[in-house]
Amino acid sequence: MDKRFEEKLFKVLMLASLAAVLGSLFMVIAVIIWNGAPALTFSMITQTPKGGYYMGKEGGILNAIVGSLYLAFGSMILALIISLPAALSLQKDYIGKTKAAYYIRLSLDVLWGTPSIVYGAFGFIVMLYLGMRASLLGGIIVLTFLQLPIMIRSMEEVIKMVPSELKEASYTLGATRFETTTGVVVRQALPGIVTAVLLAFGRGIGDAASILFTAGYTDSLPHSILDPVASLPLAVFFQLGTPFPEVQARAYASALILLLIVLALSITSRALSKRFMKNIIR
Amino acid sequence: MQIRRFKDVLAGRFMLAAAFFSSILVFIIAIALYLRSKPILEAKSLGDLLLGSTWMPFQGEFGFYPFILGTLYVTALAMVFAVPLSILSAIYLAEYAHENARARILPMIDLLAGIPPVVYGVWGVLAVVPLISDIAPVIGKLGIPFLSMESYSTGYSLLAGSIVLAIMVFPIIISISEQVLRAVPFEVREASLSLGATRWQTIKHAVMRIAYPGIAAAVILGFSRAFGETMAVLMVVGNVPIVPSSIFDSAYPLPALIANNYGEMMSIPLYDSALLLAALILMLVILFFTLAARLILVRIERRMTNG
Repeated sequence: MDKRFEEKLFKVLMLASLAAVLGSLFMVIAVIIWNGAPALTFSMITQTPKGGYYMGKEGGILNAIVGSLYLAFGSMILALIISLPAALSLQKDYIGKTKAAYYIRLSLDVLWGTPSIVYGAFGFIVMLYLGMRASLLGGIIVLTFLQLPIMIRSMEEVIKMVPSELKEASYTLGATRFETTTGVVVRQALPGIVTAVLLAFGRGIGDAASILFTAGYTDSLPHSILDPVASLPLAVFFQLGTPFPEVQARAYASALILLLIVLALSITSRALSKRFMKNIIR
Repeated sequence: MQIRRFKDVLAGRFMLAAAFFSSILVFIIAIALYLRSKPILEAKSLGDLLLGSTWMPFQGEFGFYPFILGTLYVTALAMVFAVPLSILSAIYLAEYAHENARARILPMIDLLAGIPPVVYGVWGVLAVVPLISDIAPVIGKLGIPFLSMESYSTGYSLLAGSIVLAIMVFPIIISISEQVLRAVPFEVREASLSLGATRWQTIKHAVMRIAYPGIAAAVILGFSRAFGETMAVLMVVGNVPIVPSSIFDSAYPLPALIANNYGEMMSIPLYDSALLLAALILMLVILFFTLAARLILVRIERRMTNG
């Protein structure tokens, strides 16, 4: 093959591939907006399902929106409490260079790859063992597990980038490792930490398979942490499964709400990290 | 002074404990699943379970064969679509794209990774399934092997599942491959270009040769993501427990089996054990692939930092 022709051919193929990839992103967003927007009404986001909602009668999915926010915030906070210290301990000032840290990273990577349905099944076993039923707490715990590897590994990536000169300057002034970690490392890495937290939050709010058996589903708003709770992804799934076109249209609208939340998260994360970036010493 | 030291030690312990807890979670999950799937492993031989093709929980028949093949087929077909498109995109982004273009496109790729599985599922139901239902009868008549179709197709098929999955693994393969390609030293390209090679020849013969293991790792990670994906596939793949013989046939992957039946199987003996065995199989397969991919990537990273 002529090498100039080959060069051109592959350039065209590459551009076509990239166009297909980006095109599928726009197609997904466009199809969801196109089908979801007509069914998206004000009452959908302000009301809980009324009698006969799943046959096309009055109501909305406020229960699922509130439920998803509870689940995602609860699990995000729990996961942050465990992830930040865990990620900080993987600095080379602590155990970062040891063999143990290597295995911790490896097992976190495996955990990251574990499908959410496996988390769901595991969560269900644990809840049976503890005698719990499907509840907000159950959902939060499973989503926490799901988010742990995402948060720890992404935080560690940014914590690793903090220049060691900065830490050394802090040590020279007599600060302890802990003081250096909170005063210098966390501040330096803040934009990345925020991004990692929002990334995990997005994963938590969108996941359905893990909370299918652990969070349950209900038409009312949760009153206690031990009540079952509805969630947006499952609202999409259940409404789509009904044979009524009106209800299916609401599933599209629910998917649109979920998509908008995820898009908003992505934009927020970008804006926040840009903002915190200003306080960083390079 | 004492208090500061004490705080330092205490915080250090807590940090270690958090890291340790997170890292043993994977073992806890595997052990819990194993203990719960033990009853069925004791009642039946592993060979019967994996190769048996009758799935009748009420009669105590638990053959995973159709489900395992369903998972493999849908994942493999997804990779057929995703791998060439992702790698070519990654090469363009790493080697050809202008800095500004790359800075704009990569966030969009990340966005693709952030869209929840159910949203992909809804998209599949709205866009892919009807399309397949229309084209399947036309292509099915041509009598091409694996593309045949006997009668009317609902569109809920292996093909629909794999198209949705392919889009879901694009971001994984692209972002890792792009990083791997960009980590190839610039001197490699200069040496090749100075010998008169074109850019594509340079990529094909020099850059790809070095980046090959990393790209393989990216593909493996994409594969294991697709292998375990549940909701999006479940919504478009049809869920009929047969061994599919055409891409227009329905399939029933393992994750969908667990999701559809878990929670309502408590009254039937061994049913819950069988489903947890399915979860354990999924986890072990993915564990194996993830470990392989990560070990490759760790080695590349080491080579990079050690120069």
